[in-house]
Amino acid sequence: MKVSYQWLQEYLPVKATPAELADNESRTGLEVTDVKVPADGLKKIVVGHVLECVPHPNSDHLHICQVDIGEDEPTQIICGAPNVAAGQYVIVALPSARIAGNVKIKKGKMRGEASNGMLCALQEIGFPESVVPKEFVNGIYVFPNAETPGDSVFPLLGMDDAILDYDITPNRADCMSMRGVAWETGAMYNEVPTFKEPELTEGTTPIADLLTAAVNDEKDAPSYQLRVLQNVDIKPSPLWLQIRLWNAGIRPINNIVDVTNYIMLTYGQPMHAFDYDKLQSDKILVRRAHDGESLTTLDGNDHDLTEEDIVITDGTKPVALAGVMGGLATEITADTKNVVLESALFQPTLVRKTAQRYNLRSEASSRFEKGINTATINEALDAAAALMNQFAGGEVAQGHLSASSIEPLSVGIDISIDRINHVLGTALDVPTVLGIFKQLGFPTHESDGLFSVSIPPRRWDIHIDADLIEEVARIYGYDNLPSTLPTGDMTLGHLTRKQQEIRGTRRYLESAGLTEAISYSLTTAEKAQQFTLTDSALTKLDFPMTQDHAYLRQNLITGLLEDLAYNLARKQNDVAFYEQGRVFLKEDDATIRPDEVEYVAGAFTGLVRQRNWNQTKEAVDFYYAKGVVDGLLKQYHLAAPVRYEAVQKPEMHPGRTAAIYVGDVYVGFVGEVHPETAKAYEVKTTYVFELNLDLVLAQDRQKVVSQPTAKFPAVTRDVALQVAKEVTNEQIMDVITKNGGRFLTSVKLFDVYAGEKIAHGEKSLAYTLTYQNAKATLTEDEVNKAFAKVVDHLESDLDAKIR
Amino acid sequence: MTLRDTLRTINDQNLAKIQQATNLKELNEIRVGVLGKKSPITNVLRGMKDLKKEDRPVVGQFANEIRDGLVTAIDNQKAALEQKRLDQKLAHEKLDVTLPGTPVVDGTPHVLMQVMEDLEDVFMGMGFQIVRGYEVEDEHHNFEMLNMPKDHPARDMQDTFYITQDVLMRTHMSPNEARELEEHDFSEGPIKMIGPGKVYRRDTDDATHSHQFFQMEGQVIDKHITMADLKGTLEYAIHSFFGADREIRFRPSYFPFTEPSIEVDISCFNCNGKGCAVCKYTGWIEVLGAGMTHPNVLKAAHVDADVYGGFAFGLGIDRFAMLKYGITDIRQFYQNDIRFLSQFNGEDK
Ligand SMILES: [Zn+2]
Repeated sequence: MKVSYQWLQEYLPVKATPAELADNESRTGLEVTDVKVPADGLKKIVVGHVLECVPHPNSDHLHICQVDIGEDEPTQIICGAPNVAAGQYVIVALPSARIAGNVKIKKGKMRGEASNGMLCALQEIGFPESVVPKEFVNGIYVFPNAETPGDSVFPLLGMDDAILDYDITPNRADCMSMRGVAWETGAMYNEVPTFKEPELTEGTTPIADLLTAAVNDEKDAPSYQLRVLQNVDIKPSPLWLQIRLWNAGIRPINNIVDVTNYIMLTYGQPMHAFDYDKLQSDKILVRRAHDGESLTTLDGNDHDLTEEDIVITDGTKPVALAGVMGGLATEITADTKNVVLESALFQPTLVRKTAQRYNLRSEASSRFEKGINTATINEALDAAAALMNQFAGGEVAQGHLSASSIEPLSVGIDISIDRINHVLGTALDVPTVLGIFKQLGFPTHESDGLFSVSIPPRRWDIHIDADLIEEVARIYGYDNLPSTLPTGDMTLGHLTRKQQEIRGTRRYLESAGLTEAISYSLTTAEKAQQFTLTDSALTKLDFPMTQDHAYLRQNLITGLLEDLAYNLARKQNDVAFYEQGRVFLKEDDATIRPDEVEYVAGAFTGLVRQRNWNQTKEAVDFYYAKGVVDGLLKQYHLAAPVRYEAVQKPEMHPGRTAAIYVGDVYVGFVGEVHPETAKAYEVKTTYVFELNLDLVLAQDRQKVVSQPTAKFPAVTRDVALQVAKEVTNEQIMDVITKNGGRFLTSVKLFDVYAGEKIAHGEKSLAYTLTYQNAKATLTEDEVNKAFAKVVDHLESDLDAKIR
Repeated sequence: MTLRDTLRTINDQNLAKIQQATNLKELNEIRVGVLGKKSPITNVLRGMKDLKKEDRPVVGQFANEIRDGLVTAIDNQKAALEQKRLDQKLAHEKLDVTLPGTPVVDGTPHVLMQVMEDLEDVFMGMGFQIVRGYEVEDEHHNFEMLNMPKDHPARDMQDTFYITQDVLMRTHMSPNEARELEEHDFSEGPIKMIGPGKVYRRDTDDATHSHQFFQMEGQVIDKHITMADLKGTLEYAIHSFFGADREIRFRPSYFPFTEPSIEVDISCFNCNGKGCAVCKYTGWIEVLGAGMTHPNVLKAAHVDADVYGGFAFGLGIDRFAMLKYGITDIRQFYQNDIRFLSQFNGEDK
């Protein structure tokens, strides 16, 4: 809502400057987002009187004008506007003037003729084209009356006013009117605004002779009032009215339409005017549209109507979408003689839906949506009729039609001083609060600290004591509230175990060199279903914004692959990412809400170690990725052993992927992305892992019990063995640990070799076995015996050749 | 020449040799030469039998003194040589300490998570618990319980991704608060919670809009929670996060789930309130919304609004991160350019 500072002064004295008013109001009620004086930045723009205007000899469209600018001699200005003519009072930018866009005007010559300035269109002095009266859009502006040449145009055009842009919150629609803003300003500065109603003189023709009106359902139109004006003369409104409109962002059209807009700005009451003679009958009926009915609105667009639309009909067909926009067929035009004027209240939700349905959000509809002052429906109607009569002549028919009406009622709220102080944390006394209610203009009765407050209809946003407490708080000033911390029972703030472990997971992965990524949870059906750990039905958005973000993800890897591709495309070839977040899983399509499961996943591509002056570079491989996962799983002290098993997954390399088990529970996988999949994602060789973190965290944990450090020395034995290529490390480890005896404390693989020096189809592995007895020094004999048993079994069970 | 003179000569010659010895081997040879069985001193001592009985102790003592002196000299020279050898070795081991250290790999937490954790830590310090909630919510908890019945105009402000008519992607973190209100047992103490998490809006992604972003909301509900408490709590949190020198301004605002509702501005940290592009020349930057929990919200959760009350607040984590680090395009958070993400690897608190 654009609020004119000068207009506001008409209702109450405002001593604050526009900037101060903006800041005060922002802290007290509504945010004022901008304060603008239209003339700011412009200079040397004055009234000129065109004394003579002749065609330029060297041009088919320029004119040479002799213009009185208040000096002794007229000045010559060349003008290209099609509407320039002798006798006009116009806007002149003098030499060295500043016009819109910070353009400086200079003396010059145009096709050989001197030009000492410029005659201006309104757009050229900063008016948005949307508010310029139609007749001046394509030419210079011409003042309607004689003005004094040489005078500054700024006061004449309302450009010296300050325009404050109020950001109206949905609850404060009362400030979508100048009267509402005046009340609000008065409450803030402890002033009572005064309003003068224009005097209405009725003619002798009873309205009932001209028109009847009915409302089908009073719920749709709880109040519906009409007046009729006869024999009006359509012409431009007086300049002062046009100024008020354009400073509010509304284009002046003619004296009838302008008054409807002016009344709307004044009272917040949307008005509509119909051309009486274009109605098909003298019966106005407000009803729901029928299926199949249509209407061409003022903007020239056709709409097929539904039964959800409230329409005004002329007894046969719709002539307006109630509260939203009038119909083109009954528009006020230059030829209009008789006018039907409507002031009403329509059901807010239906108005909002209709405006949305046809994309017709208007000044009127936004007011009906948020509510209007039910006390001024008739007042606004009468004021509009009076002003139209004043500007357009003719005669106001006697009386008005009221097809439905409501009684505007004050709302009573009882509230105690204790309640106010209890909620605000203040120690306000009764006189202070009474003073605030008085400032707000709310009649109040008080006894024993209990207030009975009567809320006038102009503040329809206030219903309950919390609303009233807000009024007290804001007028008292939020800056004046004390600042305390909650007292009462103490609460402990700490992470839950799961939250701690998730943070721990993230810290571990970061220290392992992975940077955290956050990808989109919404993806395509195909991507949602890749790299999954369990079968799940898809969760689909009903009405997605784009097909790229239409399904809920069931894995984290596809997002990471897209992230890698984004980086590769920008020549970032060495990237290690992890993501911790939720995937959305559900049993079947019949289930609506998916389970939200915490996952963690990682993706590596390129180098995990850069070449350095003292190190060689190292590319990621399967074992690097597995090492990171291994280290991660160690963090959780899982009771059951972690096991890796070769597995086939469609998106993964068939020979380089391992399923990860904790005991017998399948918790995730690690491996190389299938080259075909990698190609599809436009990434290079990539290793990934994905774990169901919720599932991992739900597994039993080891209790860590401190062991005394060994007092007796450990003994080690190395064994190198040659086995068939198919024999896995896990098999060998199983044989060693199963047969190692009670003193075997650890087995460590330290070498793997397959190549020239070894028979084809075989490989060599070497392990260090560590023996230790916690209670005594081991003898050579004990160790030899235990080691021999391991060697025997490796030979017999795995056909190993010991080297 | 007396024995004494002989000893003196031996002493002088050997002392000179010892002091001139340049390595341990040479020194050892001298030691054997001077102190061994065939050494001149031993010879001298052998010749003692020819002396008068009364002279023997005197010469013997003198010989021992000479011998001890030479031993000490050898030990000293040995220590000196060893020290020298060590010095030489260390001098040899000298490195160019300006060469770079061997890099240790490390990754960076996502900047949004850093902001989120910082905020979590601030509020945990004030006794708040963290509640995560559901990303897929129902209308009831996302709207209805928050005083936004169907057809409420405020729903227009939130374009929603629906899954079915009743199930949707949460548009804010408020359903967390509604659920906590529903489930909380006040006999176990007040509610003091924050809910940070991912939310979704039906928006076209551009520099200032994202269909996915992060928010944090919080609430405190008890028997005696005041607006002054809200003010104090937010002041503490803002000062912790944005710095103790920030000025704070409360402005009236509107949210369906709070009454009174406020918006909170901080003095611009870029220009300190003078006005600049960051604060759009107002000197103030809006950082969060808050208010006293609307009685309808309490009633919807079957909490007695005459007994219990409190406040709620909400903020955008993406917005906080953008403000704190001067990030101008929200999409950068979700594109995951490694160069962007790894900038935020140090704390500048
Ligand atoms: Zn600034």
